Amino acid sequence: MVKVLFFARLREDLGCAEEDLDLPQGVTTVAALQAHLVSRGGAWKDVLAQGRAVRVAVNQDMAQPGTPVKPGDEVAFFPPVTGG
Amino acid sequence: MPVRVQSQDFDAGAEIARLREGDPKVGAVAAFIGIARDVNDGETVATLALEHYPGMTEKALERIVAEAHARWRLIDVLVIHRVGELRPTDQIVLVAVTSAHRGDAFAACEFIMDYLKTRAPFWKKESTPQGQRWVEARDSDDQAAGRWQGPKADVG
Repeated sequence: MVKVLFFARLREDLGCAEEDLDLPQGVTTVAALQAHLVSRGGAWKDVLAQGRAVRVAVNQDMAQPGTPVKPGDEVAFFPPVTGG
Repeated sequence: MPVRVQSQDFDAGAEIARLREGDPKVGAVAAFIGIARDVNDGETVATLALEHYPGMTEKALERIVAEAHARWRLIDVLVIHRVGELRPTDQIVLVAVTSAHRGDAFAACEFIMDYLKTRAPFWKKESTPQGQRWVEARDSDDQAAGRWQGPKADVG
């Protein structure tokens, strides 16, 4: 089980702030988890598809597509940041 | 605690006074205050909602402050960033840096703001006469942060 979080425009477009997800077989990286979410279709595909400006953090550190994801992790998806 | 994320306003004068209170080694204070404007990208902005990622935001800011300490000779740093609903003329962010000499304080203050704008998980949503819209990240902010990378910047 991983905790998946969505922020800002992604949270609104997906209608989801947070969900607990059982990692499917073979999903061990950020890229694989994102592809799994995209495979749900609909808004998931539109919002998270390749080419969209999506940033990912694993356990509150910025992550890359190859960053490992394992049960117990917190994985957050969000748009490029706009603070300050 | 050099980093605070809060909804309430701050008193920059009082914060700076506290930051350098009783420390005779401080010879310079550089501070930046970011303020909400009433226009962005040609639209009138009535309100600004600031969202953040609790936990990661503080961690990211603390990492930026630690990196500033590693690059320059600093005495202390304070970062306050507000979240929630803000209006034009409201203060958004305070970065204050103390050092013995001005060069370190000026550079570190600008570095912290440039990194904050590209690495700390905050998002702005504006209310305009046309409705609400999320503020888009700017390439110019990435370029500003990029100035501090590379071999030259690391010498500082």
